[in-house]
Amino acid sequence: MSLALDAFTVAAVAAGACFFLAGTAGLLRFPDPLSRLHALTKADNLGLGLIVLGLLPQADGVLAGAKLIAVWGLAQLAGTAVTQLLARAARRGEGPA
Amino acid sequence: MSAGFVLDAVVAALLVAVATGAIAARTAFAAVVAFVAYGLVLALAWVRLAAVDVALTEAAVGALTGVLLLAAAARLRPSEAAAESELPSAGLRAAAALLCAVVAAGLAAVVLAAAEPAPTLAPLAAQQLPATDLGNPVTAALLAWRAIDTLLEKVVLLAGLLGVWSLAPDRLWGGRPGAALRARGAALRAPRDGALGLLARLLPPIGIVVGVYLVWTAADHPGGAFQGSTILAAMWVLARMAGFVDAPAVSDRRLRAALVAGPLAFFAVGLLGFAWADGFLAYPDGWAKPLIVAIEVPMTISVAATLALLLAGPPARGPESRG
Repeated sequence: MSLALDAFTVAAVAAGACFFLAGTAGLLRFPDPLSRLHALTKADNLGLGLIVLGLLPQADGVLAGAKLIAVWGLAQLAGTAVTQLLARAARRGEGPA
Repeated sequence: MSAGFVLDAVVAALLVAVATGAIAARTAFAAVVAFVAYGLVLALAWVRLAAVDVALTEAAVGALTGVLLLAAAARLRPSEAAAESELPSAGLRAAAALLCAVVAAGLAAVVLAAAEPAPTLAPLAAQQLPATDLGNPVTAALLAWRAIDTLLEKVVLLAGLLGVWSLAPDRLWGGRPGAALRARGAALRAPRDGALGLLARLLPPIGIVVGVYLVWTAADHPGGAFQGSTILAAMWVLARMAGFVDAPAVSDRRLRAALVAGPLAFFAVGLLGFAWADGFLAYPDGWAKPLIVAIEVPMTISVAATLALLLAGPPARGPESRG
């Protein structure tokens, strides 16, 4: 059982790391601000989400697991709101693009 | 080569890379962005050194200075090109580089030549910790053994705020801080119900709980009044940016009472030390923890108010105007 859980952790965290890698590549390579933000949000929600999901079986206790999920939820909330604000600023063509 | 070593090496390399980036950046904005990233990586480095208290402080200070420096960079942008064209002469730059290299080499020599084992007060601190009823030696150092340092730091913070206020024109003295924070929120063309409004509604309840928890838990776990205050101040700044609250007039007596409550409580407890213990800031046996809490609570209110007002800037409107 614990071997299966460990394998799940490795797979999920590796998948999450892939999203971070792809998101970073997109952030560096995509041509305009909106596309770059689009790439960044994938790292934020899917990348971090998969890493948290993968770490859940390793958490000691329900409380530690709930904290991990809370971290993901807060990153979602802040990431989504800030992305909206950045996109709005980028569309108005102000700030460093 | 363990995984921990690889992680440490990556963090150390990143630190040097973002620090170099901050110095080599062509524009003030890019330099500030690199500096903020540097603060973040530095906080990670402190976590790797098991100094979670320092990491929390670094994250708090980094966020605060980041916001202040970004505002300064935005203000300097129009004159940046002119400043760029007035580069100092090659001789002056070479002298500055030489001076920096000497300082860096001196610091490196001090670190590398430290006595082995390095001098430490840690065993003494661990031995004395039970006398304070505290579980976190960092809090014991900050509020029992070296309380005078902490007290003076808070007074310096207030002096900084007075410096910001003194930039106000005479006729606006005592007025409300400018609408700069709100203007920044409005510049994102964020209606009250937009993304900023949503964040400013959802985050403060969580942030206030986390901020108060950080203060309360500091007795036994990493945390502290400064770290908690930073989060509380950030929540007010968020609500201010979204336009939900207005900045108070700096002549408001309640505001001024809140600003000095912490240092006053600190001084009062310190002076009472002459009466009930053996000197300034000495605590009587068995009373250390309640007295520290009595200092920390007003201190949190004062520091949070000070930090929020530092970000709000000098008074720029009359006391009666709203916005």
